[in-house]
Amino acid sequence: MSIRLTNISKKFGQFQALSPLNLDIEEGEMIGLLGPSGSGKTTLLRIIAGLEGADSGQLHFGDRDVTQIHVRERRVGFVFQNYALFRHMTVAENVAFGLQVMPRKQRPSAAEIKQRVTHLLETVQLAHLAQRYPEQLSGGQKQRIALARALATQPEVLLLDEPFGALDAKVRKELRRWLRTLHDELKFTSVFVTHDQDEALELSDRVVVMSNGHIEQINTPAELYAQPNSRFVFDFLGNVNVFNANWQQPRWQNDAAFLVPPEQPELQQSGAIYVRSHELELADKPNSQACLPFDIVAITPIGAEVRLELAPRGWHSDELWEARFTHQRLKQLGLEKGSQVFATPQTGYFFGAEGDGAPIRLNWPFLPPGSLVFDI
Amino acid sequence: MNTFKPSRVGDAPLIKWSLITLAVLLSCLMLLVPLASIFQQAFAGGWQLYIEHLSDADTLHAIGLTLIVAALTVPINLVFGVLLAWSVTRFEFPGRKILITLIDIPFAVSPVVAGLLYLLLYGNSGWLGSWLFEHDLQVMFAWPGIVMVTIFVTCPFVARELIPLMQQQGASEEEAAVILGASWWQLFRRVTLPNIKWALIYGVILTNARAVGEFGAVAVVSGNIRGETNTLPLHVQLLYEDYQAEAAFASASLLALIALFTLLLKAIVEWRQQRSLSAHHDNEQSQL
Repeated sequence: MSIRLTNISKKFGQFQALSPLNLDIEEGEMIGLLGPSGSGKTTLLRIIAGLEGADSGQLHFGDRDVTQIHVRERRVGFVFQNYALFRHMTVAENVAFGLQVMPRKQRPSAAEIKQRVTHLLETVQLAHLAQRYPEQLSGGQKQRIALARALATQPEVLLLDEPFGALDAKVRKELRRWLRTLHDELKFTSVFVTHDQDEALELSDRVVVMSNGHIEQINTPAELYAQPNSRFVFDFLGNVNVFNANWQQPRWQNDAAFLVPPEQPELQQSGAIYVRSHELELADKPNSQACLPFDIVAITPIGAEVRLELAPRGWHSDELWEARFTHQRLKQLGLEKGSQVFATPQTGYFFGAEGDGAPIRLNWPFLPPGSLVFDI
Repeated sequence: MNTFKPSRVGDAPLIKWSLITLAVLLSCLMLLVPLASIFQQAFAGGWQLYIEHLSDADTLHAIGLTLIVAALTVPINLVFGVLLAWSVTRFEFPGRKILITLIDIPFAVSPVVAGLLYLLLYGNSGWLGSWLFEHDLQVMFAWPGIVMVTIFVTCPFVARELIPLMQQQGASEEEAAVILGASWWQLFRRVTLPNIKWALIYGVILTNARAVGEFGAVAVVSGNIRGETNTLPLHVQLLYEDYQAEAAFASASLLALIALFTLLLKAIVEWRQQRSLSAHHDNEQSQL
């Protein structure tokens, strides 16, 4: 079922939790609401569920206006961050609850309920735990039971509030894949809340990035990554290096460091250049296009990659810069802690000093990787 | 030679055993001896006399009145306590914190003062009482007054037990139930009630014990009319003042029995609570 939000807003006392916002979710889509705490993502989810009433605006499920419909009648599945399993009921009773409280006319027979519960527990691969109590389960098991319980009434909309927030990394990864498979099989429309960008990018068909009660950007994970439309989105989607640039014809200057932009008039102003850590090349000399001198202060292996922490030398940056390489590439470069290096971005995103608009994407295509070393 | 064995802080045998002895001795002296002496005094004249004392018409009436007061107070405070606990833990409203504090007034105020306040309000010259008097409704110096002050004195017990528990459990289980389609009653009966069951029973036991034993507030509003408005605690005092010590102790032994029974119930409830937790663990072990 599709979900349409029109001009939804919400205030808690004086605090504007949601500024009026619009969102269209298509049938069968999986949408991730991504944002820092206090960005309004959970409030938005609770409004869709009906646990919270919006101050203004309309909410449609398909063609049906559900704005004034009670949460009980909305028939959505909801998975809570803390699972909210009924602690005095067994796993099987938990899953059966939604079926047992149906009005007499719609309620399946006891035998049918039992069969549906067994089937659901098999779906979440926990049939052997049917007679346990919630407190006897691990976090991952609880979360799967919570999902089975939410799916028991066959809702067409499934809402998940930080579903994997309280789990350790390995279980989280497993459950993410499993949820994605389940979603593709059962074809419900799902909306989940997360503050973990990896989770949002991995699971969602589209990601809704939120901050301060409004939507910053809506896009597919790939597009979002390629074209973040604001500094906020850029910052939130992973580590990024920022070069604060003063325009001094014909280049961007920051004390001893400089970058030369392609010749476009809109670039000839002060601003900030955002560079992702894996889109940075290092060499032992500067070149005519880029001179970003650094000291290597730390080299940390992280899985298949090595992360270098770089301290600006002779210029200023609010934070240390980061670069990522494969182990092999690092070996080729022959770098070690304490080395003095010069960096060149392969790709950068320029934000003008004015406003907070979309960035201009810059490539330095005349610098093929590995051929960085030429003199000024 | 003794080998030196380092002990934990405060674990020196001398200190340990003298503290334990002192605690046991004081408990016996202050709690156990008076309790035992009640029964000793009550039975001083033998079984026959004991039964005779208790089957006195005024005593029987006092027992009956006390039971009626408890039977009215407990259900009223049960419902009131649940309502109160529900509203302060599940809703946000201005004055919520003040309401939580107000619940404790009966604990803070001396029961005698509470009785006097009721007397001033509902007595024949009080501003609610004069209206009642015009309509020929006798509240003070009659059983309704006794029930009213008993309700006042015992009203915090249930709510006090429930509020911390319901705060700690949070509302998410109830939200989950509503999303799954539960009606208000299904939600209360199948989710809320089982979660607060033991705390509720505990609160009821305490309420009942206090309702049966309340003296100060009841003494002010009852008027001490023998055979009419005398509850058991008041009756004990009246008998004692009439130099019928043995009869007084016979009635007192009933109150003591109720107290012991309450303690037993309380222990059982606590034990059940413990067991319902550990049962789950046993269950887990047997499944592995």
